[in-house]
Formats: sequence, structure tokens, C-alpha cells
Amino acid sequence: MSVVLAASAGNVVVWMVWLVAGFSCLASGIAVISFRNPFFSALALIGNLASLAVMYLLLSAEFVAAAQVLVYAGAVVVMFLFVIAYVGPRQEEAWKDGPRLQTLGAVLAAGALLVEVIVAVSLAAGNDLGHDSTVGPVFGSPSYIGRLFLVDHLLAFEITSVVLLIAAVGGVILGSHVKREVP
Amino acid sequence: MSGPGTTWYLVLAAFLFGIGALGVLIRRNPLIVLLSLELMLNGGNLALIAFSRHFADGAGQIFGLAVMAVAASEVCVGLGLVVAINRKKLPLDVDRLSELRG
Repeated sequence: MSVVLAASAGNVVVWMVWLVAGFSCLASGIAVISFRNPFFSALALIGNLASLAVMYLLLSAEFVAAAQVLVYAGAVVVMFLFVIAYVGPRQEEAWKDGPRLQTLGAVLAAGALLVEVIVAVSLAAGNDLGHDSTVGPVFGSPSYIGRLFLVDHLLAFEITSVVLLIAAVGGVILGSHVKREVP
Repeated sequence: MSGPGTTWYLVLAAFLFGIGALGVLIRRNPLIVLLSLELMLNGGNLALIAFSRHFADGAGQIFGLAVMAVAASEVCVGLGLVVAINRKKLPLDVDRLSELRG
């Protein structure tokens, strides 16, 4: 009896954490796209990433959650903030003429995309979603991910490193201040 | 799994993806377009991790980490473009940057 009570209490706690994280995830997502100042949008993205990290922890993906916080909040958002500070605070101008049609089209297109994603996922996976697999405590730990990465998915690992290298070189070339001689 | 099932995570991921798509389509500041792109990638990532947990298969988490690397690369190139645009004193507005229009 007490075991059942403890299990249901654990369920309630997980649900509450999920609801708080999900609500803050959606709210900060809406905040990202609705702030006029990009600086506040980047700050709202940090909240989004943190709530997603909580989601990953609930899905027993500890290493991915840690990588999310390190890579995104630690590197990507900081780089965004640097560039926003470099570019300077620029507000978006208000729409001038004929904007309402474009806005309406954008909202319709985004809604259609959302419906398409939901329909596609439920058609592809709707029958399999009934029961979860059980996982051990090792699932999602750094050693598990490391073994998968370096044994089963070594090619993906190497390709990822090449992609990152090419992107870094491209970023340097785009941002560098070289005057090219036109022959 | 105690607590919410995989469907809940998938619905949340779909809505996150939709919010990001709306931001990409509706905003004209390239910086906010890039931030909205991050939202879309995160929605996809959440779905990947949820399926990984559902089928107890770690390949989804590996794919999620690869998506994170791709997102970092995309931010690197995108912010390089923003810096280049700013250096040329062009307007930071994706509607007015229309030189590539045929």
C-alpha cells in the first residue's frame, strides 16, 4: 500500500515538473519570437533551453541535458549576445504597406506546418506510442553515450567534427575584414 | 515511465517547432530569425530524445547531439553573415536584403 502511494506521489511530482517545464518552454518560445529587441529574445532562449534540459532529464537523457546547457546556453547564446552587442540595439521597423497580407500568410503557413507535423508523426508512430520500453539506470549516461558514439556511430562522430570545422572556417571567412583585389 | 507519456512530449515538440516556424516567417530581423531557427531545431531534438526513450534506443540521443553540432555550425555561419551585413552598412532586415532576388 505504501509502495503504491509512494509511486503515485512520484508520478504527481513528475507530472508537476513536466507541466512547469512545458509551460515555461512554450512561454519562453513565444517570448523569443515576440520581443522587439533581439537582446531580450536571446535571453528568453536561455529559459527555453533550460526548460528543455529539464525535459531531457525526465526522459533519462542526462548527457544530452548537460550538453544542451553547455553547448547552447554556454556557447551559442553567448555568441548571439556578443553579436547583438556588436551590431547595436536596432528595433524592427513597423510594417509599412501591405504587411497584413504577409503576416496572415506567415501565420497560415506556420499553422499548416504545425498540422502537417502532428499528422505526419501520428500517422507514422501513432500505433507504437501506447507502451514505453523500460530502461536501466545506464541509459543516457556519459559512458553509454560515449560507447555508442565511438563504437556504433563513429562515422557520424567524425562527420560532425568535420562539419564543425568547416563551419568555423566559414564563419571566420565571412567575418574577416579582408579587402579582396578585383583583377 | 511514470508521469507523462511520449505523446505529451511529441505534442510539446510539435508546438515548439510551430512557434519557431512562425518566428522564422513573421520576423524580419535576421538575428531573431536565427533564434527562431534554434527553436525549430530544439523541437526536433525533443522529439528525437522522446522517441529514443520510448524505444530504449540510444541512437536517437546520438542524433540529437549531432543536431546540436549542426545548430552550432549554423549559428556560426549565420552570425558571420550578420557581421558581414553590418560591416557593409546594409539594413538588418531580411525583406530589404533582396539582392539575390532573380
